[in-house]
Amino acid sequence: MIRKATLLSIMPLLLTVASTACAGPEARDRSELLIFAAASLTDAFDAIQTAFAAEHPEFDVRISYSSTGSLREQITEGAPADVFASADLHNMDLLVAAGAALAPERFAGNEMQIAVPAGNPAAVTGLADLARPELLVGLVVEAAPAGVLARQILAAADVEPALDTEEPTVRALLGKIEAGELDVGILFRTDVDSTDLVDGVDIPQGLNLQTVYPIAVLTSSVNPAGARLFIDFVLSPAGQAILAELGFHSP
Amino acid sequence: MSLRARPLSQSPPRVLLPFALAGVALFLLPLIGLIARTPWTRLPSLLTAPVAVEALRLSLVTSVTAAAIAGAIGVPLAWILARADFPGRALVRGLATLPMVLPPVVGGAALLYAFGRRGLVGEPIYEATGLILPFSIWGVVLANVFIATPFLVVTVEGALRNLDPRFEAAAAVLGAGRWRVFRRVTLPMIGPSLGAGLLLAWARALGEFGATITFAGNLQGRTQTMPLAVYVALQQDRETAIALSLVLVAVSLAVLVALRDRLWRS
Repeated sequence: MIRKATLLSIMPLLLTVASTACAGPEARDRSELLIFAAASLTDAFDAIQTAFAAEHPEFDVRISYSSTGSLREQITEGAPADVFASADLHNMDLLVAAGAALAPERFAGNEMQIAVPAGNPAAVTGLADLARPELLVGLVVEAAPAGVLARQILAAADVEPALDTEEPTVRALLGKIEAGELDVGILFRTDVDSTDLVDGVDIPQGLNLQTVYPIAVLTSSVNPAGARLFIDFVLSPAGQAILAELGFHSP
Repeated sequence: MSLRARPLSQSPPRVLLPFALAGVALFLLPLIGLIARTPWTRLPSLLTAPVAVEALRLSLVTSVTAAAIAGAIGVPLAWILARADFPGRALVRGLATLPMVLPPVVGGAALLYAFGRRGLVGEPIYEATGLILPFSIWGVVLANVFIATPFLVVTVEGALRNLDPRFEAAAAVLGAGRWRVFRRVTLPMIGPSLGAGLLLAWARALGEFGATITFAGNLQGRTQTMPLAVYVALQQDRETAIALSLVLVAVSLAVLVALRDRLWRS
């Protein structure tokens, strides 16, 4: 009786361990390519992955999306990735300076836009609306390029946002605006374009800021030749056409 | 407790030993890794910075509140699961333990679709009262309760099933009503398990991340608990992240070590 009770009381612990241990280490195959890409590239790199696989079936491409800041941190800590696609030059420069990335190349550009749920229920017209305390307002964390740019734009416009949340990635923020749980946020234009559930409100030309996306082979890559092929594909007319289709500028 | 004989100390079968040691190493090495990276001299200033103080305060308030609510709803639920016979009991038990195996992010998204401003129940609540759960401290508490309550239910249900029914029967024969039997006989008898359940629920709530950030968002001083602060800090300020992690580890370990033996022996 007592044994059973003890077992029952430790079972939750065992289950927690089992459920937290989902992302285990895997043996890396020679033909596997691991790409770390900024969250704002999600749709673009999903499409590029499909197109690349059609041309190079010998590679098994896996893409890990997160905020540029957390990917950079993972690479610094020795994550075994082959390619890094960053949403700004700053984070890539840090990796180059640390000797973790080689010769980055610019492959896309983007700009910011105010994002609201489809139909704009809170009648947002501009940056000043982010200061309205009755609205639910979200930005991306400052570690992400979109968070840095949004704060620079708001500071230049002299708007103090009435923040309700700082989301870890552009996609997390996008999801909460899509669900109508947030009234307004600032995202990349391509994030806003990626869904019918979100509408964009333009930021005045004089205030809007752009970002440039660099891509590079990582020094930790076990497959630099494959990494090079993937980067060449992103820079090729086919790769650039996919990016342009989804609203990215050329860098 | 003192009446029961302590089991004799034994040498384990030799074949078990390496596996047990592997287990110890698995739990110990990450801790050593964290400690090795700790910026000891900067620790006091890192931990008194507003981001750390506010996250610690918020974590303590929300996890304790969540554990109390988990007890208030979890004990009655455990009683019904252990004692009442009704159609669909297996389904209810499955539901009540689902958050233990569900990825917390999925739990958070589900909470958003139910209790968010545009959610199934959240929308009528918002229209009637103007109350919005996400992005508030109550959103953090709700996410914590959702994730932590099953730990209490499982623990207490196990204790109730193992309870000798003769004591409750005797009390009932002596004229005690059902509520009185529950309060004066059942609750005291499951006391240690209830304590262990509350502790587990609290510990799980303290570490909650996925459901909280998905449902309640992340804002310093309002919804940014310790795990969220660690996650955000990891992206830009690793020393703060490590300092906060160390506090989480120390607090959790201290409580688990201090109470584990006392609560789980019986």
